Amino acid sequence: MARLANWLRLAVLTGAAALLAAPAYEAVAGVDLPKLERGKGEKCVEDTQFIRRNHPDLLKHQRDDTLRKGIRTTRHSLKKCVECHAGEKSGSVASSKEDFCAACHSYAGVKLDCWDCHATKPGKKPVQQAAQPAASPLMASSPKGGSK
Amino acid sequence: MSEPIKQQNQADAGPNPSGERRAFLKAGAAVTGALVAPGVLLYGVAHSRAPEEGASANKRWGLLIDTSKCGDGCNDCVTACNTENGLNGKTGPQDNQWIRKLNVKDLRTGFVQNLPMMCQHCEHPPCVDVCPTGASMKRADGIVLVDRHTCIGCRYCMMACPYKARSFVHEPLTEQNPEVPRGKGCVESCTFCVQRVDRDQQPACVEACNAKGHQAMIFGDLKDPESALSKALKTVDSVEVRADLGLNTGVRYQGI
Repeated sequence: MARLANWLRLAVLTGAAALLAAPAYEAVAGVDLPKLERGKGEKCVEDTQFIRRNHPDLLKHQRDDTLRKGIRTTRHSLKKCVECHAGEKSGSVASSKEDFCAACHSYAGVKLDCWDCHATKPGKKPVQQAAQPAASPLMASSPKGGSK
Repeated sequence: MSEPIKQQNQADAGPNPSGERRAFLKAGAAVTGALVAPGVLLYGVAHSRAPEEGASANKRWGLLIDTSKCGDGCNDCVTACNTENGLNGKTGPQDNQWIRKLNVKDLRTGFVQNLPMMCQHCEHPPCVDVCPTGASMKRADGIVLVDRHTCIGCRYCMMACPYKARSFVHEPLTEQNPEVPRGKGCVESCTFCVQRVDRDQQPACVEACNAKGHQAMIFGDLKDPESALSKALKTVDSVEVRADLGLNTGVRYQGI
């Protein structure tokens, strides 16, 4: 008898625990992970896990190098991120909640102020000179020299 | 007095004071020159710097403006600037103008002149001196910029600038040019179209002025004696605006 009672008690406790645990589990998993659109390129410039953790540092380093030193490499440039990750529908990385940057940052609750100044859309390609002259217009031997 | 000269020598010698490397480089340069053609310097071969190279202190970008060719009512440089940099073109007290077209009148004679006024890219910029956060800065090649990442919008630099070249962004902006990030709460001014200069193009204003046939602006490297700008500066009488301040501006005017 005693064994049966013990077994029953255990069953009741387990059931109660399961009932109690269920809502708690719901609360933890309340928000779905953001579903991100795949970028347009083959693969990211860095390993996914690395870029997930380190993209702020990479961008910060790049911005100082570009603005202050005039180093214009594109590997970690924000403009290139935008070109690759702009959403199919919106054409932007942050104009709707489904867009690449906005989706993850709203999930993580981290406010972004990149887009106060930077364009969220790729925009037009810079116009390259149609026919590259033998010498650039800034070079000394430019045929169209301005000396009068 | 001997110390600066000593420093100069050290800088010349570079990391290898033995001089062997220098001799080798000189020999290499001589061979290259001979290959091209005697007496012809083919600067075009050594075209734009690599992206990872960065701005060099061996250059200083400058601009010469011939006010006699600057037409009354002509706004081509301003329009080109607005298009390139995403400005709305309004000229109110709270609007952003990177180039202002000015009419200057001699009150005694009534003689009127036109000139574009923008950031003069000083060698000793007062805006950089007063900036409390280091946001206002001068690049190695002499272009004066605002780092919006550190600008707190205090506007000291606007007060310090003798040329009224800077303006403050009062309203939130959208649809910026991807190459020219701009936003509310920061001070900004002419950048010599640094994004274009870095890929060997001329600033938008200069390109527009020349494309429309006015030819009132020459942009180039002040440190290169062979540049069109340096040659022009050698032959015409040009002045700095407010030369009394001793700022050694990168922008110079002819005919005022």
